[in-house]
Amino acid sequence: MLDLNFIIPEIFLTLSILIFVIIGVFIKNSFEIIYKLSLFLIFLLIVIILSNNDEYSKIFNESISIDMFSIYSKILILTSTFFILFISKRYIIDIKNNKFEYPVIVLLSILGMFIMVSSNDLIVFYLGLELQSLALYILASIDRDNIKSSEAGIKYFVLSALSSGLLLYGCSLVYGFAGSTNFETISNNTQAFNVGIIFGMVFILVGLAFKVSVVPFHMWTPDVYQGAPTSVTSFFSVVPKIAGMAIFIKFMYLPFREILDQWQYILVFMSIASMILGAVGAMAQKNIKRLMAYSSIGHMGYALAGIASGTENGFKSTLVYISIYLVMNIGAFGCILLMKRDGKYIEEINELSGISKNHPLISLGFLVILFSLAGIPPLAGFFAKFYIFMSVIESNMFTLAIVGLVTTVISAFYYIRIIKVMYFDDPKKSFERFTDYRIHGPIIISCILLISFFLYPSFLNDIVSKIIIF
Amino acid sequence: MNFPILSAITFIPIIGALFVFLTRSEKDEKNSGAIYISIFTSIVNFFIILFVWYSIDKTTSDFQFIEEYNWISGFIKFKFGIDGISILFILLTAFIIPICIFSCINSIKTRLKEFLIALLVLETFIIGVFCSLDLVIFYLFFEAGLIPMFLIIGIWGGPRKVYSAFKFFLFTLLGSVLMLVAIIAIYWISGTTDITEIYQTGIPSEYQYLLWLAFFSSFAVKLPMWPVHTWLPDAHVEAPTAGSVVLAAILLKMGGYGFIRFSVGMFPVASEYFTPLIFSLSTIAVIYTSLIALMQKDMKKLIAYSSVAHMGYVTIGIFTFNKQGIEGSIVQMFSHGLISAALFLSVGVLYDRTHSRLIKTYGGIVNLMPKYSFLFMIFVLGTLGLPGTSGFVGEFLVLVGVFKVNYLVAILASIGVILAAAYILWLYKRVVFGKMENIQLKKIKDVNLSEAAILGVLSAAVLFFGFYPDPLFQTVNVSVDNLINNYNADIQQNITLKK
Repeated sequence: MLDLNFIIPEIFLTLSILIFVIIGVFIKNSFEIIYKLSLFLIFLLIVIILSNNDEYSKIFNESISIDMFSIYSKILILTSTFFILFISKRYIIDIKNNKFEYPVIVLLSILGMFIMVSSNDLIVFYLGLELQSLALYILASIDRDNIKSSEAGIKYFVLSALSSGLLLYGCSLVYGFAGSTNFETISNNTQAFNVGIIFGMVFILVGLAFKVSVVPFHMWTPDVYQGAPTSVTSFFSVVPKIAGMAIFIKFMYLPFREILDQWQYILVFMSIASMILGAVGAMAQKNIKRLMAYSSIGHMGYALAGIASGTENGFKSTLVYISIYLVMNIGAFGCILLMKRDGKYIEEINELSGISKNHPLISLGFLVILFSLAGIPPLAGFFAKFYIFMSVIESNMFTLAIVGLVTTVISAFYYIRIIKVMYFDDPKKSFERFTDYRIHGPIIISCILLISFFLYPSFLNDIVSKIIIF
Repeated sequence: MNFPILSAITFIPIIGALFVFLTRSEKDEKNSGAIYISIFTSIVNFFIILFVWYSIDKTTSDFQFIEEYNWISGFIKFKFGIDGISILFILLTAFIIPICIFSCINSIKTRLKEFLIALLVLETFIIGVFCSLDLVIFYLFFEAGLIPMFLIIGIWGGPRKVYSAFKFFLFTLLGSVLMLVAIIAIYWISGTTDITEIYQTGIPSEYQYLLWLAFFSSFAVKLPMWPVHTWLPDAHVEAPTAGSVVLAAILLKMGGYGFIRFSVGMFPVASEYFTPLIFSLSTIAVIYTSLIALMQKDMKKLIAYSSVAHMGYVTIGIFTFNKQGIEGSIVQMFSHGLISAALFLSVGVLYDRTHSRLIKTYGGIVNLMPKYSFLFMIFVLGTLGLPGTSGFVGEFLVLVGVFKVNYLVAILASIGVILAAAYILWLYKRVVFGKMENIQLKKIKDVNLSEAAILGVLSAAVLFFGFYPDPLFQTVNVSVDNLINNYNADIQQNITLKK
């Protein structure tokens, strides 16, 4: 089989993006058509990727590896992007951001993530990472006339550029000491204690931790989440996190697997710190997007705990975790995108007061999603945490498990605070009533998935268990 | 394969809830469709469970009606099964829920449909707890019950509902997460979370202590034991009547059931080791909370504290590890389920009329509410453990059991009986007898037919099991014997191992 056959999705995506740009330039008010084409393109890509008949290979001088792992990550990325584009259309039009560039930039960032998750080489990895990040900077500031959005873009750009620089420096150190940019060669050339590689590993960790926003590299998250338009925030909270976590797993288990002892405790620290900060930081938030930012920091902490266990079950539970996380977050942002009154979108939690009277079904959906985010059984969020802690306790890291579970209690506090506002408080003026299948559909789907997950909780495990990294 | 009757009794309520959900709620009208459906489902479920109780083999201690499905492939099975101990709790649940539904029809004014859904969903989760034979399934149902209860307290509760609902939710969740750690640890220690297999293989005694403590943290909060009982008075006071009833009558029993099934069943060595801890906490609970109950101005709070004291007997009884003690505490839980439910309903009757729970509001209602006073008296006497009520049987057996083991604890616990008589009779005196000083009470009406029927059924049950508790003992007898035999065998084995 020709090497090129394996990267048909990437080639197809690149060409489509170019064609979309041309269409966008020549047709006026082309947001609608580009938006639809992008959704169709994502759907096609899912079909193309799924039609791979278990043919895995390392191509281009082993610098790209197409395997179950990359395919799984790509499917996650594509499905979540599909639904996020789906739910955010109304919002994009309402804030008059319906430029054709929007879907195109989203697609570009997906292209970057594709390259990133299938990379098997430091240079290819960096290429994908930067393509992704550049697209994300633009997305953060896409609402140009809004000062907060521009601020978010700048903040994200400056900090992210710095972290990319550190990451690149780490890559060069690793290359210098391991003598290769290929992941497998690096791992083969690494001795148990090699200061140069450890230095490089730490720098790379910094960069990766920044991308998935775990403590102590989380500072940008609340501001960017709040400043960026909600449609972009929903994208930020899910898709780059999936890609980031995927490449995080790959780095830890492939090039750096020989120095597990060195990175394990760094990850344990980052995981514990994120869980605690995510739980404590969100408590006093009044803005729901900021709250979601802290919530996502906390969730990344849990996901990281799976990697930190250093076992095969560990990274698999992380993959399961982010899969469930994306379902919950898409649902949650769907609900946030419904918070509209008098033509304005509302982000204050207090404004949700008593909506269970006026919008019983939406608030029921939000209730399910919030309890799931809090990890209360029998919802899917519980199983996500359950698998993580299974693997953590398997590696005898009881401190991590106990801290993690205690922080679930703390974080349950702010999730049920939203429920309290919705259900226990007196009703205010109701939100605008509209039925838009684009928003309600995904919320309903996500609720059904979250509730019915307990009927067959090993659904994701069965898929993930086929993944082999090393 | 036989008909999956346990899954049926577990999931019938939630299916009923689904139908209630689908009924149309006309505004301001009584949603009669929802009411009929929920009454129908809960009563049908009660009769099915009566049938199960009748048909369960009372001569074997094995788990019966076992159902097993592949669940999390490879390591966890969805396993249901009951023995003599669990069927009693299931029966209690199925008996109390229809009563709650009847009582809430009149007293819940807003969002009745949602309330019924919450109750039915809660019933599913509670029955699931008592049916499950796998630790993970058990945990799942145990925790899931928090969601409907949180909403019941928070949406339909009193003025401080938010505080109470949060306290309830966070306390119980914090207690339970440690149990989750322990459950996962058990999986990695013994390779399974199936309770029957764990019973057979046993858990190495060096692990038992920490695991026991983790389970203890969860059950102690749920039961509740002193000093982690503080959520209970708040939750009881603020919850609507039906919510308090479910909470006192059934949810607390999950803690006691957990102690019997898991702490004693799985960790006998640690249970023996920690018995002094349990005894001291329980005697403190019995005496201290009884004294607090004496000082309460709020009727619901008084009953809540009396619940904590009564649960103290339950834990003392379980950790005597003899037949009288354990059977006594099971009967005590069963009878407390009936009596506390009835007491909360009685308070609810008064509350619906005057919207006050304070004792000083009342006085001298005996002339205006003779029927009510009579029914209330039966439950008051049941609380203080008068012979002839079901309260006596449990308390008496627990005290007999503990006298065999520890005189001091037995004497201290007996003081609790006297204190119980003091606070509950004083409550009765202040509410029912005396001069009527509050003018508003002049218009108070006696219990109507539905209230009389509810309280009448409960009082009949209290008296029936007081005079003839044999059905209860027949049901639990063999299972308790088996539990004690296994416990003694494990303790013996551990002693020989140490030598």
